[in-house]
Formats: sequence, C-alpha cells, structure tokens
Amino acid sequence: MPQSGLSLTAMFKVEDIRKDFPILSRKVNGKPLVYFDNAATSQTPKQVIDVMVDYYSNFNANIHRGVHTLSQEATDLYEQARYKIQEHFNAKFSHEIIFTSGTTHGINLVANGFSSLLKKGDEIIVSALEHHSNIVPWQMLCERSGALLKVIPMNQEGELVMDEFDKLLSENTKLVFVNHVSNALGTVNPIEYIIEKAHEVGAAVLIDGAQSSPHIKPDVQKLDVDFYVVSAHKMCGPTGVGMLYGKEEWLKKLPPYQGGGEMIAEVTFEKTTYADLPHKFEAGTPNIAGGIVFGAAIDYMNGIGFDTIAAYEHELLEYATEKLLQIDGLKIYGTSEHKTSVISFNLEGIHPYDVGTILDKLGIAVRTGHHCAQPIMDYYKIPGTVRASLSFYNTKAEIDTLFEGVKKAKMMLS
Amino acid sequence: MSIEEIQNEIIDEFSMFEDWEERYQYMIDLGKDLPLIDDQYKTDNNIIKGCQSKVWVHAEMEDGKLIFTADSDAIITKGIIAILVRSFSNQPPKDIIHAETDFIDQIGLKEHLSPTRANGLVSMVKQLKMYAIAYQTQMK
Repeated sequence: MPQSGLSLTAMFKVEDIRKDFPILSRKVNGKPLVYFDNAATSQTPKQVIDVMVDYYSNFNANIHRGVHTLSQEATDLYEQARYKIQEHFNAKFSHEIIFTSGTTHGINLVANGFSSLLKKGDEIIVSALEHHSNIVPWQMLCERSGALLKVIPMNQEGELVMDEFDKLLSENTKLVFVNHVSNALGTVNPIEYIIEKAHEVGAAVLIDGAQSSPHIKPDVQKLDVDFYVVSAHKMCGPTGVGMLYGKEEWLKKLPPYQGGGEMIAEVTFEKTTYADLPHKFEAGTPNIAGGIVFGAAIDYMNGIGFDTIAAYEHELLEYATEKLLQIDGLKIYGTSEHKTSVISFNLEGIHPYDVGTILDKLGIAVRTGHHCAQPIMDYYKIPGTVRASLSFYNTKAEIDTLFEGVKKAKMMLS
Repeated sequence: MSIEEIQNEIIDEFSMFEDWEERYQYMIDLGKDLPLIDDQYKTDNNIIKGCQSKVWVHAEMEDGKLIFTADSDAIITKGIIAILVRSFSNQPPKDIIHAETDFIDQIGLKEHLSPTRANGLVSMVKQLKMYAIAYQTQMK
C-alpha cells in the first residue's frame, strides 16, 4: 500500500467526511453499516439534506410565471441550480441543461426525439457494456424507425474492442450511445476516441454518465459530446432528478418529448407553439426541490474536489483489489487498467446471491445479480456477480470488514 | 405427519440455534439434502419467477398426495425451498392450499417473507399452492 508522507489521507480526512453522512453511523443487523452499494445510489451528506429541509421550510412554491415573492424565490433557486450544473459540466449555455427525472429519462427523451430523424437503413451503435437503460430505449427506437442496432463487443478485461468499433462505423451511422463508465464492471470507456471517430462519419454521440459523474468531472465542451446524461442520486443528491446536457443545435432539432405546462409558448386548439430551451423539454411542474438539492450536491462534491475524490477512491480500489484477491477462488470481473472504484467478483462455485445474503447479515451492503447488464453476464457465462462499489466516504477498515465477510461467506457456503 | 406437525418440528429444530449464523448454516445444510428435481423437469417452464437465483419446482401426485422436488443454483435459496418442500410435500392438495406459512417468521427468517425480497420466498409459496390447486381441480 502506498503510505508515503504525501499520502492523500494527509489532506483528506475521511473520518471528518464521514461525519457529514448521518446514515453511515447507523447499524444494520446489529452491525455498523458498511455501505458498498454506491454505484446503485450514493448517500446524502447533511449539508445537502439541510438544503432540502430549508427549501420545504422556507421557499416551497411552484416556479415560473408566479408573481408572488415565494414563487420568484423558488424560481431563482431552481435556475441557480441550473447554472451550477452548467458550470460543473462546463456547458456553453445554461439552456443546454435540461432537468430530467434521471439518466433513464434523459436517454428516453433523446431516443424518442430521434424517432422522427431516423429512417430505414440508418444505423445506431451501442456497446456491450451498457446498462439495460441504455439498450432498451434504442431497441424501441429501432423498432419505430427501422434503424439497425450494432454492438461494440467487449473483451475478457471488460473493455470495449475499439478495432471493432472502427469497423462498425460507416456513413449509415447516425448515433452512438456508450456509457462513460460501466455500472457492472467499473471500466472507464475511451469516450474521447469514440466521440471523435463518430463525428468523423457525422454521427451524434450520447454518453451515459450515470456511473462516471460521481468520480469524474466531465467537460462537455472539451469532449465535444452531443448529449451527456446523469442522475443526481449517484452524486450525493436526491433520487428522481437528473440532467440531460445537449448541444444547443441538437436540442433545437429534437421535437418535444412530453406535452404539458411550461413547455409551451402559446396554445390554441388549432396550434401550439413550443417554448424555448430548456423549457421545451420540461413539461409540467418539475422536481423543484430535487433540482435545487442537486445543485447543493454538486457544491458539496466540488467542495471536496473531484481530483481528491478520484485519487482517494483509486487508493481504496487498489487496496480492496489486492486484499480480495488473497481469497482463494475469488475472481474479479472487469480488470481494465482504467476503472472507477467498482469491484465485481464471484467466489468459485458459489452463487452471488448467497454471498450477498451473508454479507447483509454482517451489515455489509453490496449488490448482487446481473446489475441490469445481462449481456455482460452472458459474455462471462455467469448468472451475476457480487458488486462492491466504493465511494470517497468509505475506508480501508471497511474494506477489511468486507474481506473478513467474504471469507466467512465462503466458509459457510462451501 | 400433518403440515402443522411438520412445521412445529421445524420450529423446534430452529429454536435450538442461538444466532443467525447457526440458523443459516442449518438452512444451508437442509439445502444440500433437498430431494432434487429430476433433470428433465429443470425446464424454463418450471422456473419460479421473481427470484434472483433460479428455482425449479416439480410436482407429482402419488396416492392422493402431492410430492414436490426442487432445485436452485443458490444454496440459501435451496435451503428455503427445502424447508417449504419438507413442510408441503407428501400432503393432500387441499391441506397444502389451506396451509399457513407463519412458521417462517417463527424460525427467524422473517426477512425472507417480504414480497419485495429478491429471493422470492413468497413466489415459491404461491407456486407450491398453485400446483396444489391445479391437482385439486383435477381430482374433482
């Protein structure tokens, strides 16, 4: 283990960070909670919870169009959150930030919009590492438009095979959809290359950032990505809110997704004209509190700093990998050099569900199953994995607890 | 023995254990002794939906009694289904249909009773009872 004098732990006091998260002090099954299901949802610090309480205590009102003070204040807070998100992802304009209910909503919004832009014979490319949310909407899009779905294959390390991607690209390629980080394995995909190559043939690119956004601060302008989608609840924020970033030119081109209030300019029974961006895509009363709190979550994470977070999590990943591999018969799936702090593993001859059940009895929260990425499990010919996903508020001591827990599970289940 | 008597016997056995570890270890051992389903019945049709692990159940009538055999690819799930099979197998369909399942709670496995639990104990009970209803209808 790297324990040099310059170790991150010097500037990053995880014990102080942990005090921000009330849930981390609770017990599960009589044991202190060890929360390693961060890739499913992250925990919420009290600074972020406080913003939620403050909003409902002092500002709750419906936004936009209200002449009264509360409505104006709530609107300001909501739009300030949009600016924060714009700044965080470095979008050129704030109206390129669309509030959604989460990553899945963002993907569906874009997939739905492309229905009218695609024709038979067009091709869209996804990767073998996708979450079902980034597969099914495109399959539905193909059914509607007659376009063909092509898949970038993966290798044993859990990486995408870029040579194959190059071969799939053609002038028929209209869209490419890839996750920035695989939820099941933690692989960080070479999206810079994918975006560049896709643009060479004139295809648009959507990056699913659900799993990258808790660890990496993407610069959408530098990436030159067309769409980038995230969920707040993976970034210490609340559930039910997320962001779709879309380049202005694309968002103008796409038709509205849902009809309703807020998204209109003028309505008569003969014809309705739509509102400008971003409201064109934000029909109905949005998740106002969620949006504001999302902004607070981004503030919290930036307060710690994404470089610090990434470096500390990498330290945790290396420690956990080295430790778990000491267990005979334990196999890690996803062994790319480019990984976020996710360890997907199995014990030889033991079902992941059994391991997860025993770990739960020990107070350790992991996820078991196919992680909504069945194609990956099919590739490895396994029913699923046990996935421990680590966050910046986890500790090496917790990894030791996991290590002992897995050994115990192995002993009981063998 | 009646279903109730068997269930009381299971409750007695589990009452000897002091903690979850002993209970789970016993359940795992029960799983290992489960009367295994014949491979020809391990078909997709016999898979119980709603479980994170695969569970197959097969039922056959013998002298007015329903005989269950089962299997699972996860050992704890196998233990749970073994407890259910032991409680319900070799019983007349009408007794199975009306049988209670409170004993699961009493043997300290309450957490598995939640309908949202990924192991699908509730689905397993439902499936065993469905078999009983199907055979009962046939008998009439």
